[in-house]
Amino acid sequence: MEEIIQHLTPLFKEISGYIYPNEIELHWSLLVVIYPYLTGLVAGAFILASLVKVFNVTALKPVYRISLLTALAFMLVAPLSLLAHLGHPEKSYEILLTPNLTSAMAMFGFVYMWYLMAVLLQEIWFDYRKDLILWAQKERGIKKWLYKCASLFSKDISEKALKFDDKAEKVITILGIPSAFVLHGYVGFIFGSVKANPFWSSVLMPIVFLFSAIVSGIALVLLIYMVVTPLRNKVMDTKCLDTLASFLFYAMIVDFSLEILDFIHRIYESEESIHILSELVAGKLQFSLIVVQLIIGMIIPLALIAGVKMFNTPVELKRLLYFVSALLVQVGIFFTRWNVVIGGQLFSKSFRGLTAYKMNILGIEGLLVSIAILLLPFLILYVLFKFLPPWGETHVTTQPESS
Amino acid sequence: MKKNLPNKSQNVNRRKFIKNLVLAVTAFSVPAVLTAKEQLKRMQSWILGKDYNPFDHYWGMGIDINKCIGCGRCADACKQENDVPSEPFFFRTWVERYRIFHDGEVRVDSPNGAVDGFKKQNIEKGKVTIRSFFVPKICNHCDNPPCVQVCPVGATFITPDGVVLVDSDYCIGCRYCIQACPYGARYIDPIKKTAEKCTFCYHRVVQGLVPACVEVCPTQARVFGEVKKKASPLVRFMRMNKIGVLKPALNTEPKVYYANLDMEVN
Ligand code: SF4
Ligand code: SF4
Repeated sequence: MEEIIQHLTPLFKEISGYIYPNEIELHWSLLVVIYPYLTGLVAGAFILASLVKVFNVTALKPVYRISLLTALAFMLVAPLSLLAHLGHPEKSYEILLTPNLTSAMAMFGFVYMWYLMAVLLQEIWFDYRKDLILWAQKERGIKKWLYKCASLFSKDISEKALKFDDKAEKVITILGIPSAFVLHGYVGFIFGSVKANPFWSSVLMPIVFLFSAIVSGIALVLLIYMVVTPLRNKVMDTKCLDTLASFLFYAMIVDFSLEILDFIHRIYESEESIHILSELVAGKLQFSLIVVQLIIGMIIPLALIAGVKMFNTPVELKRLLYFVSALLVQVGIFFTRWNVVIGGQLFSKSFRGLTAYKMNILGIEGLLVSIAILLLPFLILYVLFKFLPPWGETHVTTQPESS
Repeated sequence: MKKNLPNKSQNVNRRKFIKNLVLAVTAFSVPAVLTAKEQLKRMQSWILGKDYNPFDHYWGMGIDINKCIGCGRCADACKQENDVPSEPFFFRTWVERYRIFHDGEVRVDSPNGAVDGFKKQNIEKGKVTIRSFFVPKICNHCDNPPCVQVCPVGATFITPDGVVLVDSDYCIGCRYCIQACPYGARYIDPIKKTAEKCTFCYHRVVQGLVPACVEVCPTQARVFGEVKKKASPLVRFMRMNKIGVLKPALNTEPKVYYANLDMEVN
């Protein structure tokens, strides 16, 4: 109680105009910003992987497994941020046991489980099955058993079985693309369907979420690939980098157009809420929306990649520019989520005033926990990389005798 | 042929097994469902008393803006009656003051939800007030409530007698309902960490009393009653006045009806 009073009282000073008295407390805080950011990365990374399997973009092969493992690592952490934000995380299982079917949020558990169990884990398993069996033969001790368990004690690596793996993977990926769309589009729907909030309420919301997800996923895999490859003393595949950058560029163009469309639509329709929303964008969101999301996170990286494409850039400079662009895109997308989630709560539903948000540093909803949640996927990724090396060259390529 | 035989009998066995399984599960769960229903009935009559049948009623509220003097006794009574934390961040009902000036400016305020009433505020020289009035606000117990629609676990529900309630044993504190309510009627209880809101003083209503805010209003600006029965004070109120509801465009179908509502109120 004391804490809440201490947290809320200073906010009175930052309020402008009239807000409903219950609106001083901002209800969805930093943790809820992180959640769509994480699921966006998952969906984006997966869709990137599917480019290789379904659309046969062979240039992206070096990052195929990296994207799958990235998707898995971020997927495992995503629900943590939601759980931590609940008032009663210990009761969260009720969402699965007694879901309210009219609630957009109630589907969360099912969408999540479906994506994790039916898509991600299966695809990874079929992709790694052969390697797991070979590694189990090669290793000793605990590791041998771990690999054996991971392969679910399958032993068949005959030509026929491997063909089946490949087929299964393709089918799962084809199923996985709409699933990834659902996973993140659905998160957009949770916001887009709140008719009480004119900043959120928009049919475009799920689609904007989706394309920004693809953008962020590609940028993340690009970053991971560019950091990890030199660390392993290997040479980066320039063709792969170029292709990644191209896809990033196209996805950004679509994302950018959608956001502009949304913007123009709102201004043109000029509904009741337009005054308070303009005040919000020109005031409290000016920095995070116009400077960070639009200029730093979108226009500059677009210009950089376009520059690389247009001029004959030396390889070193090209890499640097790709890296910087991907980094800026990452920052931009994080603030895209911020602007939707926090920005959408900074104005009163009376449309007569603006509220304020003060971030906690300590506490479960604070900055430190959020940073931990953002770093955790990288830790998991490290472990995954160790256990399931995704690098092509370490594949056991010799055809072993069928067992 | 012979080869098939064991298979066939296996099949039969399996079918038998599944059949038995289904039977057993149904046999076990039927009494469970029955007793649950019984329990529910017993619970209902225990909670509500033998004389109260929720299916016989449908509640709503009328508020006459012209009658409200902004004393804020309703807001105060609500906090007392329902153990609402006294801090100025949590309200189940509150009163807003509107002042509309000649130059078109509209000022709205509700200091501490008007629990202590309003103080006279000096207005800058040369500013002319053209209209001024008070608007009591409360959960609208919407007939098409977005808060009920979005609650992931069904902790927020609408009763047969038309009251929107929160089951705090079920509520997981996700706050989706707060985002979905267009009227700012909800808050998170700082101690229970679950959603809270106006209950129309359900504990009083089932005993034949009116909500605390209605009871204390010195000018009878608030009227409580049946929405559908002819003899109800609310129906009379709605017949005698021109009625408006808040944010009708959102199709929430509020059951709090305002008389003499101004276009500036939202
Ligand atoms: S006013 Fe808000 S809390 Fe009350 S029923 Fe309507 S949507 Fe729900
Ligand atoms: S906060 Fe509680 S009542 Fe509100 S939507 Fe979440 S679970 Fe339901």
